[in-house]
Amino acid sequence: MSSLWPELERVLGEVQKPARYIGCEDGMIVPEHRPEKAAWLLIYPDTYEVGLPNQGLQILYEIINERPDAVAERSYAPWTDMAGVLRRTGLPLFSVDTHRPATEFDILAFNLSSELVYTNLLECLDLSRVPLHTTARRPEDPLVVVGGHCAYNPEPLADFIDAAVLGDGEEVVSELSEVVAAWKAAGRTSRDGILRELARIEGVYVPSLYEAEFDGDRLVSLSPSTTGIPEVVEKRTVADLAQWPYPKNHLVPLTEVVHDRLNVEVFRGCTRGCRFCQAGMITRPVRERPAGQVRTMIADGLQRTGYDEVALTSLSTADFSNIEQVVATAVADDVCGQVSVSLPSLRVDAFTVGIAAEIQRARRTGLTFAPEAGTWRLRQVINKLVNEEDLYGAVGSAFSQGWRRAKLYFLTGLPTETDEDTLAILDLASRCIDEGREYHRSPSVTISLGGFVPKPFTPFQWFGQNTETELRRKIGLLREGLRLQGKTYKGVKLKWHDASASVVEGLFSRGDRRLGAVIEDVWRNGGVFQEWSEHFDLKLWEDAMARRGLSLDWYVYRHRTEDELLPWDHLSAGLHKDFLWQDWRDALAEVGLEDCRWTPCYDCGACTGYGIEHIVASAVPPAGGSQGTGQAEGDTTVPVSLTTGPRVAAGVGS
Amino acid sequence: MRLRIRFAKTGKVRFVGHRDVARLWERGLRKASLSVAYSEGFSPRPRLSFGLALSTGYESNAEYLEVELREPFDDATWDCWKAEEVRARIDATLPVGIDVLAVAPSDRGEDSLQKAVTSCTWEIIVDGIDVEEASTGVLELLGRSQILLERERKGKIFTEDIRHQLLALEVNGDADDGVRLIADLGTQPRALRPGEMLAAMDPPLTARSVCRMNQWMLQGNDRIEPLSVDAAPAPLAEVRA
Repeated sequence: MSSLWPELERVLGEVQKPARYIGCEDGMIVPEHRPEKAAWLLIYPDTYEVGLPNQGLQILYEIINERPDAVAERSYAPWTDMAGVLRRTGLPLFSVDTHRPATEFDILAFNLSSELVYTNLLECLDLSRVPLHTTARRPEDPLVVVGGHCAYNPEPLADFIDAAVLGDGEEVVSELSEVVAAWKAAGRTSRDGILRELARIEGVYVPSLYEAEFDGDRLVSLSPSTTGIPEVVEKRTVADLAQWPYPKNHLVPLTEVVHDRLNVEVFRGCTRGCRFCQAGMITRPVRERPAGQVRTMIADGLQRTGYDEVALTSLSTADFSNIEQVVATAVADDVCGQVSVSLPSLRVDAFTVGIAAEIQRARRTGLTFAPEAGTWRLRQVINKLVNEEDLYGAVGSAFSQGWRRAKLYFLTGLPTETDEDTLAILDLASRCIDEGREYHRSPSVTISLGGFVPKPFTPFQWFGQNTETELRRKIGLLREGLRLQGKTYKGVKLKWHDASASVVEGLFSRGDRRLGAVIEDVWRNGGVFQEWSEHFDLKLWEDAMARRGLSLDWYVYRHRTEDELLPWDHLSAGLHKDFLWQDWRDALAEVGLEDCRWTPCYDCGACTGYGIEHIVASAVPPAGGSQGTGQAEGDTTVPVSLTTGPRVAAGVGS
Repeated sequence: MRLRIRFAKTGKVRFVGHRDVARLWERGLRKASLSVAYSEGFSPRPRLSFGLALSTGYESNAEYLEVELREPFDDATWDCWKAEEVRARIDATLPVGIDVLAVAPSDRGEDSLQKAVTSCTWEIIVDGIDVEEASTGVLELLGRSQILLERERKGKIFTEDIRHQLLALEVNGDADDGVRLIADLGTQPRALRPGEMLAAMDPPLTARSVCRMNQWMLQGNDRIEPLSVDAAPAPLAEVRA
């Protein structure tokens, strides 16, 4: 076993933030490597600060290390200065746990949460001295595997990855470990053999064993080039989250990272059915963690880590059954009285704000809501069924209870969006300011505007993304509106995401395997850390596309037709394609679809296909939200008072 | 009640910056269930005060912090047994490489550590040089009547004479692949860092490792440590049992 630490400690003084590379976190595991164990290097292809808190990576790290036949360590993309030092000194990428070279691991497993990190994946492979192309790898090279939400369309990475894993990783890592450990025991002879074995594991897609055929621009076939592997690779789903109370030993870093707090996942999956949201589509069904287990994980976690903040994470935490009781006990359990609880995903209603007020006793600075679109019409298109009263109730409640700033998330570039929809965002924000004036002299509302990128396995997968020019024009409409009517919109601030980054996200979100050459080209021209605005450079991507004779128009801005073969049609998140198509037609017809947790099943396929179902503790919708819960429309009474006085207990069914 | 704590920072954690060290202390003290006092106001923070900052990458056997507690310990007598119990309790909550060396109550009336400390003793290992060459360089530096150094303050460059802050410097023999220097460097009004001193030498030297051995304050004409490691000797395990 080899540690590069003696060499590394001599050069760490030369780089920014050397604590990124030392490991030593509370919760870190120093595994015992043995020839018969499958050795995983879990790599987050972004900086340590962004990657360390990743829950998926932490969960797999523990589960793998609990197995007798496997070990796991971690690595993160070295910042550009460190990459330079590694190249200059000839040192390879290493694990932060024991500073072991990447090539001494059997599996390099990347967590992909954004398309913009694809070039970082190549950078990590190159720094690891692993051949970039699967075809060039020898039996002694590690297997390169990806997971995470981007793995649902891994085609652009087909040249570089040995396998993609779809869905929840808790169970499948065990099967992968067994197969790889056996391969090692057999002397790691053939690479083809192991790839075939991997492809037979449910949820594992091996791109090199599938052949893509094109007719002109069009993909006409993508199917197995060999027998014995599935025509369609199905995602993995953990049926019951209660079986997986991970992470048990939440990693506590020695240097500040994003989301630097205890994170407890309270449920997985979401059936709100927001049509733009890939996460909500691919993680179905809803699986709640039992409230008692949540409570234990919070109490143990706080005691073990020493954190003073806990976040209850999920795609929509206010929808957790009896959420107010769960947070009340979390606060009551707190011994030293300084712990604050945060709900990173607030639902837009006053009830939710009431809960937030209950628990955010300290540091009451700003609250964030996501109405996503400016008009009720467009919110029906995207199935974000928040009405204006919900929003004003939520914001008014927040301002009445001491918050002074509200942030509103919106998407622009949505299907059927008109300038009227876009400009309505300003009016919504301005009405929110009016709510705030009743309580504060100068309340502030920040509009945060993101460019919509259509994603695979959503009803919007057929939609042609707005061009960069169009997104800029829409952002410009809002800027112009604010400038010309500064008085009317006093207190409203606007922030927006770079429209050019959305272009590259859109390119790879729905791209095919011909784009591998583009990723490699951009990487060879120095395009790393593209998710960092200081490094992002659209020109690199445009030039690479032009050199390959590929068109952004065709890949990004083109509407797809019903009969078109999509590059992910041989993969499955459980959702029937005809369900998604119908939902797309409904979107265009401005028809909303209620949440199936509390209304009858409409057979999207995610439960029925895998013989699993929702696990929720309460069969009735949460209080206070009209939003697609099947509650009568127009009934927007809010079961919490909007004053700073004692709040009326919310009547949630049990 | 206020506690003064002396700790070491060695090994991999020497690459953790000053602010991050403060944060890991906050978490450690919460885990140790010490009733740390919090500041008032909008965003309450635990009331910890750290002494002189240590450059990231330097090791130390003499870091200090003071912790304000909401209430004194229940069993009011503070003796060496209590000191050891509290020391061990805190030590157990901190990462490998951050080691609590001593804990003692401190007097609120005293100056802050940052003000009270006047000098530090450093152990410096330099690469690529032998004892003889190092000795020549040291003698040359000590022989100068002034040592001019360009330093930045509030965005402006100043030239300062730092000779009076070079209190002592000697070659202390061979170390693993290098030469060991021991330096006493002044800290008032602004600390002279070992790296700055090495850069001023002719030829300039670079350190492979630097470790702060002691911090000193003046008591009359004597120099004393804010908290000596010997002040509270750890009781023998069998006596405790």
